[in-house]
Amino acid sequence: MNAPVKLPGSLDANRQLDQWLKFEADGTLTVFTGKVEIGQGVVTAMAQIAAEELDISLAKVRMVSGDTVLTPDEGHTSGSRSIDEGGTALRYASAEARDLLLREAAKRLDIPLDKLTIEDGVVSGFDRIRRVSYWELPHTALLAREATASVKPKAASKHSIVGTAVDRLDIPFKATGTPRYVQDIELPGMLFGRVVRPPSYDAQLTAFDADAIRKLPGVVAVLRDGNFIGVVAEREEQAVKARTAALKAAQWKEVPIAADEAGMHEYLRTRPDNKETLISERVDATAKARGTRKLDARYTKPYIAHASIGPSCALARIDGERIEVWSHSQGVYQLRYDLATVLQMDLEKIIVHHGEGSGCYGHNGADDVALDAVLLSRAAGGRPVQVQWMRDDEFAWEPYSPAMTTDVHAALDDAGNIVDWSVEVWSNGHSQRPVSIKTPSPVSSLLSAWYLEQPVTRRTQADPPMAGGGGMARNAPVIYALPNERVVAHRVEVQPLRASALRGLGAISNVFAIESFMDELAAAANCDPIEFRLRHMKDARARAVIELAAEKAGWKPGTQSDGTSGRGFAFSQYKNGYGYMAVVIDLSLEPDPHVTRAVAAVDVGQVINPDGVINQSEGGIVQAISWALKEQVRHDRERVLSRDWETYPILTFAEIPAIEIHLIDRPEEKPLGAGEIAAGPVPAAVANALYHALGVRLRDLPLTREKIAAALV
Amino acid sequence: MPEKITLIVNGAAHTVTAEPDTPLLYILRNDLKLKGAKFGCGLGQCGACMVLMDGHNVMSCEVPLWSAVGKSITTIEGLGTLQSPHALQRAFIGEQAAQCGYCLSGVIMSSAALLAANPEPTLDDIKQALTRNLCRCGTHTRMIKAVQRAAADLKAAK
Repeated sequence: MNAPVKLPGSLDANRQLDQWLKFEADGTLTVFTGKVEIGQGVVTAMAQIAAEELDISLAKVRMVSGDTVLTPDEGHTSGSRSIDEGGTALRYASAEARDLLLREAAKRLDIPLDKLTIEDGVVSGFDRIRRVSYWELPHTALLAREATASVKPKAASKHSIVGTAVDRLDIPFKATGTPRYVQDIELPGMLFGRVVRPPSYDAQLTAFDADAIRKLPGVVAVLRDGNFIGVVAEREEQAVKARTAALKAAQWKEVPIAADEAGMHEYLRTRPDNKETLISERVDATAKARGTRKLDARYTKPYIAHASIGPSCALARIDGERIEVWSHSQGVYQLRYDLATVLQMDLEKIIVHHGEGSGCYGHNGADDVALDAVLLSRAAGGRPVQVQWMRDDEFAWEPYSPAMTTDVHAALDDAGNIVDWSVEVWSNGHSQRPVSIKTPSPVSSLLSAWYLEQPVTRRTQADPPMAGGGGMARNAPVIYALPNERVVAHRVEVQPLRASALRGLGAISNVFAIESFMDELAAAANCDPIEFRLRHMKDARARAVIELAAEKAGWKPGTQSDGTSGRGFAFSQYKNGYGYMAVVIDLSLEPDPHVTRAVAAVDVGQVINPDGVINQSEGGIVQAISWALKEQVRHDRERVLSRDWETYPILTFAEIPAIEIHLIDRPEEKPLGAGEIAAGPVPAAVANALYHALGVRLRDLPLTREKIAAALV
Repeated sequence: MPEKITLIVNGAAHTVTAEPDTPLLYILRNDLKLKGAKFGCGLGQCGACMVLMDGHNVMSCEVPLWSAVGKSITTIEGLGTLQSPHALQRAFIGEQAAQCGYCLSGVIMSSAALLAANPEPTLDDIKQALTRNLCRCGTHTRMIKAVQRAAADLKAAK
């Protein structure tokens, strides 16, 4: 048998047209997508794509997303790949469906194919008298077939829905408080669960009187399974009180964390079992020999929290043999695999529905709490149990963005050109998410599974391969045209703090390092930072965003700072193959360091929804400013100390800069995600602005007032 | 011990049976089924649970049930509906001022308190009025624009 033809995007793994599209009896079209809404507007973008290719109005489109019964399995909604994978699949599936329907209509109406027009799903000839709608055609039979991807989607020049700023489908519900989130779902007889975590990662439970907790008002169940404790109560406040009491009652033997904050980076760099990988190497010995000035610098980034505003939440019920879960996971199918592993059940007996949650920005507690809900539903005889983590559960137990070190070395020749370049990175792997597995796996990504009486082994961290954009070495290679480049990654295996994927992965640290260093080199070459970058940049799209940002911000080479404010620049192409961002940051130091203005130029190829791209770019900029100036997971040798918004402050309304996004739309280019393009360049631009203001080069994030003061002494 | 307590929410009286120290947030969400206010921290630090009490914006996770008795409570559902949204809700939709939207009802309620007290706020007034509301998606600039738009719309409607 021949291997099946490779189909575009997620269509390859989900090949039936009716897995994607269903014409309903009420005159609507249901579109099924495995990609889920996590605040990025992707479900609206999918609706636009289907409506565009099928020539129907958006009003007729109904979306179903992320469901192990109903939708395709498109893997995780992550890595800015949704439009690329899911959008591409839907585009081809819809184009093919339109073609099939149109051919059938031609037969029925007895009008040649090329004389037919389609208006909002109604096919007619020029006379508009002979007409038939999609819904009157045998659509079910027509779509019950494998896709071929042989029908070319519309050219961008023909688009009327894609490329326009349509309103997001979900915002009216959210602005009126209409129930919408997993947190808002109520099932008949639903109970409330809370978890009772240890005080630190490896603590062992030595004493716990579960019966005393069971006697508290409203308590339905108290589950102690190894080092896992959970409580279930009739009312939410009763569950919270039972949790508080259980936290007080439980006694633990604690195990220290391997290093404190000050010693963490060195601890991670010096593990004997770190694995070294050569990521890329390009050698030009002649160019290297021209180097007359060598520069080296070490940059560090702390553990950063996802810090979702809503703590993770899930709902589960068990009906006989069947488990049903509602979750805001980024990958419902992958979560199902992991639940099946932990519960030792057949996949088919577990259903996971996606429901919206608070923005996650990567792998937070969403998957973990789904297991908690199942464990607590089981403890309550299968009744529906909603579990929401408390604030400290989320802060202390979510998997953080790993602490990283990025070293950069370069040499300049006498003309101020970079002739030698190397980057060295130390980090944990950037993913510990649940994954799809073909055979039963003895490991789990789900937090509570590791704490049970019969624990399931913690899944080893993975690091996305460079072919997919990389994890720890993401953006460690550069797209500047350099004669020499050597990039080495040191993968750290130990996890003193739990770590996984946060928006941008290694690009946060690597672009912070590289784009800070470009400014250091520009200063050494006595050159304007933007001119210095352009001197080393051949990529036309990169040059275009750099030049546009400089122009829109009114960049003037040689501008001196008065010591109270500064201006910095940085650039990056996400994953060296995705969206481009160049950004100019104005930083004021009065009274505390804060950004007053951010001007960015963005190129994400073909723009599906310009307003969506702008929204994602603005949000990415704000979050990255927050990382740059404020964020660090606090801990000592005993425990994680960041447990609320006072111990983990983020940027507030009072500190929000004016933001300008300038889009370069390239309708003939591939559409690329915008969610992560700011993660790299913004912290570097902030550091460069600080240098411009004070002549102080800080290389350790976050760039706090205390560190600035220490550097000025 | 649980007590019968009557609350005035969105103009109507509701009687619930609960411990008097129960946070108002849980009563609104679970007893009155008003899911707009969200649990964010339970510590009065993030503003996701913001509602109006006698016109002032308060974090309902920190308001014990007993202290809400006799007060007029307004939630996001009381401001307007999907079919008939309030000027602020229209403005937030118009400006597409949300990403995940989890903080949104809290932000809108703080904005409602602001506009009631100060119909023509400056940019700085808006920032200060919203600074107890945390937003992690970084949608702040749009939310600020939405408040400005609502203020202008309300003024024009007078």
